[in-house]
Amino acid sequence: MGSHSALVLIELGAVFLGLGVLGRLAGRIGLSPIPLYLIGGLFFGQGGFVELQGLEEFSAIASEIGVILLLLLLGLEYTAGELVTGLKQSWMAGVLDIVLNFLPGALIALVLGWGGVGALVLGGVTYISSSGIIAKVLTDLRRLGNRETPVVLSLLVFEDLAMAIYLPILTTVLAGVSFAGGLRAVGISLMVVTVVLVIALRFGRTVSAIVDSKDREVFLLTLIGGALLVAGVASAMQVSAAVGAFLLGIAISGATATNATRILEPLRDLFAAVFFVVFGLNTDPSTIPPVLGYALLLAVITSITKVATGWWAAKRQGVGRLGRARAGAALIARGEFSIVIAGLAVASGAVTDELAALATAYVLLMAIFGPVAARLAEPAMRLIQGKTPQTV
Amino acid sequence: MKVEETPLPGIGVRKDIVTASGRRIGTVIQRDGETELIVSRADDPDACIASIPLTAEEAFALGNLLGAHPLVAQLAEEHRDLAGVSTRQILIEAGSPFDGRELGDTRMRSRTSVSIVALLRRGQVQASPGPDFTLAAGDLLVAVGTADGLDAAAEILRGG
Repeated sequence: MGSHSALVLIELGAVFLGLGVLGRLAGRIGLSPIPLYLIGGLFFGQGGFVELQGLEEFSAIASEIGVILLLLLLGLEYTAGELVTGLKQSWMAGVLDIVLNFLPGALIALVLGWGGVGALVLGGVTYISSSGIIAKVLTDLRRLGNRETPVVLSLLVFEDLAMAIYLPILTTVLAGVSFAGGLRAVGISLMVVTVVLVIALRFGRTVSAIVDSKDREVFLLTLIGGALLVAGVASAMQVSAAVGAFLLGIAISGATATNATRILEPLRDLFAAVFFVVFGLNTDPSTIPPVLGYALLLAVITSITKVATGWWAAKRQGVGRLGRARAGAALIARGEFSIVIAGLAVASGAVTDELAALATAYVLLMAIFGPVAARLAEPAMRLIQGKTPQTV
Repeated sequence: MKVEETPLPGIGVRKDIVTASGRRIGTVIQRDGETELIVSRADDPDACIASIPLTAEEAFALGNLLGAHPLVAQLAEEHRDLAGVSTRQILIEAGSPFDGRELGDTRMRSRTSVSIVALLRRGQVQASPGPDFTLAAGDLLVAVGTADGLDAAAEILRGG
């Protein structure tokens, strides 16, 4: 027993140290650390160069907590009011976003013979942009004051609400429930999302007051306890644990939400890193080369479709050509939530391992290319227009 | 002129105005209170040529500088014919011994013969503040006196 736990500690320590090094490297070259975490996982996992033993139990539960925290913090990011205005202002662009970016993934899955379930999963993977990567890129490129930025952000808000409906559907379908059962899940999740939004709008302060505490330790324990409890209950009701956490995040608002984000961020970073590594660990690197061509094809198509979505949405708000190009390119990055979707699918065992390989390769490409595209869109557009930037 | 407020979901709020010269100038205020001054590009009004992070104190000071301008110009004009008398703006910095104390505590008149004729806080003008007026960091005092007196006044407000 003693030597076993010693081995596990050494392995865990080595993994986290390795992730720290990768994170530092990512920061140096201005990349999101997610693709490097995935590569780290591929390197260590089954069929990789080194195989780790004895970590399965810890890493399985830790990566589940990682998903819950990712979604909880996503919910904390937006107030219910922002979600409702976002929905009102950008629903047309939001629907276009779904059509243009869900279909390519779904079609490729059908072509590859992965069936309806595979299409539902891969469509979700290609649809959802990475709000984490995009928010960081917009801040780093100092674009918060730009006119196209609210357009990009409200599309992300719409996508997150779409996730709250999509994830419960995915969970029921992956559990192998019939079409009628799937419809029931849609009904339940629509109802739950509505109820939570109403509660958050009307009684957001009460919910926040219940969770809030001046004592950091008490606050942290209440938050984590609440999130895990809600996630567990949601999971038992077949509504998906992650969505439970997301909705709890929405219900908490104001200063409480800001403080909660500050306290939970380091924990999320830790557990989400475990989640990405575990996903990489469970993917056999040798399965990637056969699907790399499809991943590249999807990357090209869904980059174009995201640019088209952003271009159209920005044009509707009266933004000029350069701004439209910036909005479109900013949306290209896919990341954490694509992996969350693929991870749920793989864990259920309802999809082929090739799907995990394709999703990994796709997210690797998009998480790296997205920020680069966001940077290059404007110079490229100026080149096309034959204009040089004025300095004043 | 209209101040346009645009929510930035998950980040904060952008507030800007379009100037007579066609530039968009304003602020981005993030949830955690971080403030940026933004100025739009001339050739691409959707984008920003500058977004400059400001501390709370710097933002107040900048607001006061802009707000103070007409008032100070007017005072300077009135004192133009009085040789040796000038108008100066003095900022109460964070860490000043008078941050949170009353104006009377500075004993400015008896120590330097300088008059505090106005005080600007968050763009609002307080004309001839009384001795019981409580000062705060970020306040901009408009002082009238001799050059030596004003130097001494600035010194007192900075460090006692």
